[in-house]
Amino acid sequence: MKPPRFTYHAPTAVEEATSLLADLHEDAKVLAGGQSLIPLLSFRLAAPEHLIDINRLPGLDQVERTGNAWRIGALVRQRTVERSAELAAAVPLLAQALASVAHPQVRNRGTICGSLAHGDSSAELPAVMTALDARMTLMSAGGTRQVAADDFFQFHLTTAIGPDELLTAVEFDSPVPGTYAAFEEFALRRGDFALAGVAATATFAADGRIKQCRVVAAGVAPTPLRLAAVEELLTGSELSASVLAAAQEAAHREVTPMGDSRADSDYRRHLLSVLVRRALSAVQIKHGAEQEGERR
Amino acid sequence: MNPEVSDEAATQVRVTVNGREYRAITDVRTTLADFLRHGLGLTGTHLGCEHGVCGACTVLLDGAAIRSCLMLAVQADGAKIETVEGLAEGDELNPLQEAFHRNHALQCGFCTAGFLMSVTAALREGPVETDEQAREVLSGNICRCTGYAAMIKAVQETSIQVHGNKAAS
Amino acid sequence: MRTPAVAPLKQNMIGTAIERREDYRLLTGHGKFLDDLDMPDTLEAAFLRSDFGHARILGIDTSAALELPGVVAVFTGDDIRPMMKPMPAKVGHPALQEMPRLPMALDEVHYVGEPVAVVIATSRYIAEDALELIEIDYEELPAISSTAAALAPGAPLAHLGAKDNIAVHAVQRAGDPDAAFAAAPHVLSGTFRITRGGGHSMECRAVAARYDTVTRQLVVWDSTQAPHYARNALANLYDMHEDDIRLIAPADVGGGFGPKAQFYGEEAVIPWVAMQLRRPVKWIEDRRENFISTMMERTQTHRIKVAFDDDGMLIAMKDVFEHDQGAYVAGLQVPMITLSTVPGQYKIPNIHTELYSCYTNMVPTSSVRGAGRPQAVAAMERMMDRIAEYLGLDPAEVRRRNLIQPDEFPYKVGIMFRDGSPLTYDSGNYPELLAGTLERLDYDGWRRRQAELRTEGRLIGIGIACYVEGCGLGPYEGAKARLTNSGEVLVTLAAAPQGQGYETVYAQIASDAMGLDMDYIRVTTGDTGRIPFGQGTFASRITATAGPAVLQACQALRARIFTTAAVMLKVEADNFVFRGDRICLAEDESLSVTLREVTQVANVGKHGITLLRGVPAGLETQAYFAPERAAYASGAHAAVVEVDPETGRITVLKYVIGHDCGTVINPLLVDGQVLGGFAAGIGNAMYEEQFYDEAAQPQTTSYLDFSLPSSMEVPPVELFHIQSPSPLNPLGAKGAGEGGTIPAPAAIANATEDALRSFGARINEMPVTPPRVAAAIAGRVPAAR
Repeated sequence: MKPPRFTYHAPTAVEEATSLLADLHEDAKVLAGGQSLIPLLSFRLAAPEHLIDINRLPGLDQVERTGNAWRIGALVRQRTVERSAELAAAVPLLAQALASVAHPQVRNRGTICGSLAHGDSSAELPAVMTALDARMTLMSAGGTRQVAADDFFQFHLTTAIGPDELLTAVEFDSPVPGTYAAFEEFALRRGDFALAGVAATATFAADGRIKQCRVVAAGVAPTPLRLAAVEELLTGSELSASVLAAAQEAAHREVTPMGDSRADSDYRRHLLSVLVRRALSAVQIKHGAEQEGERR
Repeated sequence: MNPEVSDEAATQVRVTVNGREYRAITDVRTTLADFLRHGLGLTGTHLGCEHGVCGACTVLLDGAAIRSCLMLAVQADGAKIETVEGLAEGDELNPLQEAFHRNHALQCGFCTAGFLMSVTAALREGPVETDEQAREVLSGNICRCTGYAAMIKAVQETSIQVHGNKAAS
Repeated sequence: MRTPAVAPLKQNMIGTAIERREDYRLLTGHGKFLDDLDMPDTLEAAFLRSDFGHARILGIDTSAALELPGVVAVFTGDDIRPMMKPMPAKVGHPALQEMPRLPMALDEVHYVGEPVAVVIATSRYIAEDALELIEIDYEELPAISSTAAALAPGAPLAHLGAKDNIAVHAVQRAGDPDAAFAAAPHVLSGTFRITRGGGHSMECRAVAARYDTVTRQLVVWDSTQAPHYARNALANLYDMHEDDIRLIAPADVGGGFGPKAQFYGEEAVIPWVAMQLRRPVKWIEDRRENFISTMMERTQTHRIKVAFDDDGMLIAMKDVFEHDQGAYVAGLQVPMITLSTVPGQYKIPNIHTELYSCYTNMVPTSSVRGAGRPQAVAAMERMMDRIAEYLGLDPAEVRRRNLIQPDEFPYKVGIMFRDGSPLTYDSGNYPELLAGTLERLDYDGWRRRQAELRTEGRLIGIGIACYVEGCGLGPYEGAKARLTNSGEVLVTLAAAPQGQGYETVYAQIASDAMGLDMDYIRVTTGDTGRIPFGQGTFASRITATAGPAVLQACQALRARIFTTAAVMLKVEADNFVFRGDRICLAEDESLSVTLREVTQVANVGKHGITLLRGVPAGLETQAYFAPERAAYASGAHAAVVEVDPETGRITVLKYVIGHDCGTVINPLLVDGQVLGGFAAGIGNAMYEEQFYDEAAQPQTTSYLDFSLPSSMEVPPVELFHIQSPSPLNPLGAKGAGEGGTIPAPAAIANATEDALRSFGARINEMPVTPPRVAAAIAGRVPAAR
């Protein structure tokens, strides 16, 4: 399980990196944390002719906050975000989900953006960023563009990143007041890829009804999946027991996951629907707790 | 002893390992694990899966526990690395190693280096007191021999020695 | 050699929890695993493996691979014809239809992962590059991917040359089961499918070899559990004298668990290549290869029925099971063990166990910790629970009524064991084990809690599983003991360890045998060049066989030393004691000689001078211990679980292990074996499963698909021991390596079904995974209470 041959580049300026990508296109793969890419090389499931190691690029290792807007650069390690008390307070969904991503030894090297660029629909971060309505910044020799999470994940391990583009940052906003979020996943073992996962956020009006929400499923489709029918059901409703039950049913109808020898399609569908209900239930508990707090 | 390196893929890697500086030529595709083991002759770190799950290859890179099978040696250029060979205090086992020994927390020993490095990193961050916390700390490494029970004790005993006993009972 | 800084110990080592001597090097990164050994100028190998479960090889083109810089040689099966002999099954049977297993495939491949060619290069990286340049023309053939497929009428052949897909069909009978079933008041049936996975030792397989052209002798390092078995296989394949092949298991082997006790084609090819090339060669298996080409246990399907009376007393048992043998019979030990393990701890007057061992197009199966016993225990223990449910009795009580009693040993079961002798349990106390386990579990308390919590909608289940384990198998094991010229006792074991602490345990036994402080005793292992005969570490056999061998060799050595001392001190008496490194006359300790002085007289001598009369020349002894038959360890596990009916997640709330392995030599190490075995058992019970698709393509090929239990998945265990010494060896020892594993799947399955009893859900497959639990519940409405 030794990596195949490649030509190695370690640019020290972003322009150098994008210029290389412009020249090399699909013949090159970008190496950041390596926690997803290097196993692919070791299994020889990928054999790019060129590897562009971006770890020496300056300015990409910052978590920046401007008011309510957050920007996580391409070289920010997952562990850095996990330990940021500020981020955990402002965007609790992210910290909650990160605890389920593999193990600390992997999170010490793995980057937030790297997980997004890899685009595994079973992974936690693509679902979370979709729930946060994040925007991905893509830079090429020709310029910069942003792609919304909803459009960024296109298929299994396939994103909107063009062959000459580099994902340099992900941006999202702190949730508006009255927003509560929860992340639920089910894996056979701690740290494994989830058989199914849910990232849910809901913003409540003063009357206890949901103004807007995002309910995103992981592991049941080629990309993180917005459960539109569930979201529609929830919008304008309170999270009562009957609404939770209805949401579970709606989720069950909405997804058609692939099965495999470990877990068939019926089980994954059933599991996902249960996780939707549990995630929303957790959201309701947080909402209720805060309401309680305010009343005192 | 270095595997044969072809010219166009050769690169020089300078690292500090356990406080000592090394400089060696290696191939750009050589993993950090293979570089440590065969490039530098530090065979204490082992390879159990080469895809980042078993943790046998865990070392500390600039203080953080990482999978050395998931890093290229060239990426570690300029870094400070700590491996199992650097834990003992001269000829004496350090408290964590002693605790593993005392509790019979190793049998075949193949996974041991990885566990020691993961636990070392965790104990630097803070105490590890309860069974639950100890299990969490150990969960990123796999052992097939011991069943982990003895390791849990070893971690807790070391934590008390290093951090003191907060739960005075 | 560094010895740990422990205080000098009193005599009486056996039974003492000595800390291990092996630890220092392992804790400081100076272990001597095969790929850690400094072997300069060694070439590295990579094997090309079949991509198909079953195919003809029409042609292989290695020319492009040979051109790659750094590649030294490429060999295909055709190239190694001079060495191609079938490797015989380790354990056979008179009726075995044995299909030849060659070191590398020639014309036909029979499993994905089968070695087809080998590349030798200056680095493993380059060797793997070269693999991609080899072109093979395959003609794909239909593949058999399960025992059901193997046995289906009109099934294609897993081997084109075979007459069918049955490797062996064997039956064991006691009493008259057919008549007993016909007359029985109650009969219940069950079908259980139990899948296990691989051993997954953290160190994969490895072999290195060097040939000396001057002495014409081969030295092989092999990460093996069975050095002599491997050496003998090589001598046979190469037509070389056994003494010209020295096979060494490195002092450190990173786990074995069964798969490394077999002999593989790679072990035959690498040393041969080293001889051809006249250069040292090594092959270090990687984990991907380990998943597809290292032997594992796979699936057995049991169709079992039991006959019993109104009190739940067993009258008869019939179990017909299919065993997936894989593409070749590397050994029949696993299914033969299953065949005789099913009756377990119970008195069953009429027994019928029947095996269909099937050829399939998947990697050959062989023993993995537990070795066929978990499956047998699962079948029987599931039925004991079903009997209890049927009669409305407590499952613990049904077991109690049927247990063999302590005064009934030696107990003849009525069928044969795989060692060829009538299945006879030597000693044990099954009622005490069960009672002890249930008491520590707080069985009655949990039954009450189970009922209370059910009213809150929580599903709690309790599962019990009892087992016996044939261990300490023959034919023999050996040891030498020598007082070396430096005045140290060297104990040489034929056996090779993989973490069991032989360097410590056998020094303990030697210390007790001689009355000599352990500090003056050193143990060396696993080298065919140091001791000519041995069998290997498997089937929890070494303590009960090598232990007595060491005991006997050391007692004899002690006698020779004392005889020499008596002559040197010019005394008649042979009443000596060791004090440190001195041999002292008991009644006057001022009269003494040192160990070194003794060796000067008896070993070294004075050139040309007559040896003192009465001194035995050469202070070395050897002993081989051949047990009369297998010893029987036993145990009782009990588990309390909670099942989440929505997700099928099983949480173990409490687990107790009662264990009886006879005399406990080193409690620290024995507990380590049981708890380590338990982790493997939990893996089998809940997590580990190898999948193949219908074309016999492996679906689980990395730890991303195959789950080994981490510290989060192994629940805490309360462990207690009772000691029923075995009358079959002077130490009274039995085996301790597998008791933690064997009944765990049965205990978890029993507990899970118990938790779901109000649903009437059935757990018939192991591992018991959340999807299976959810499926068992699906569509079932809980019964009103």
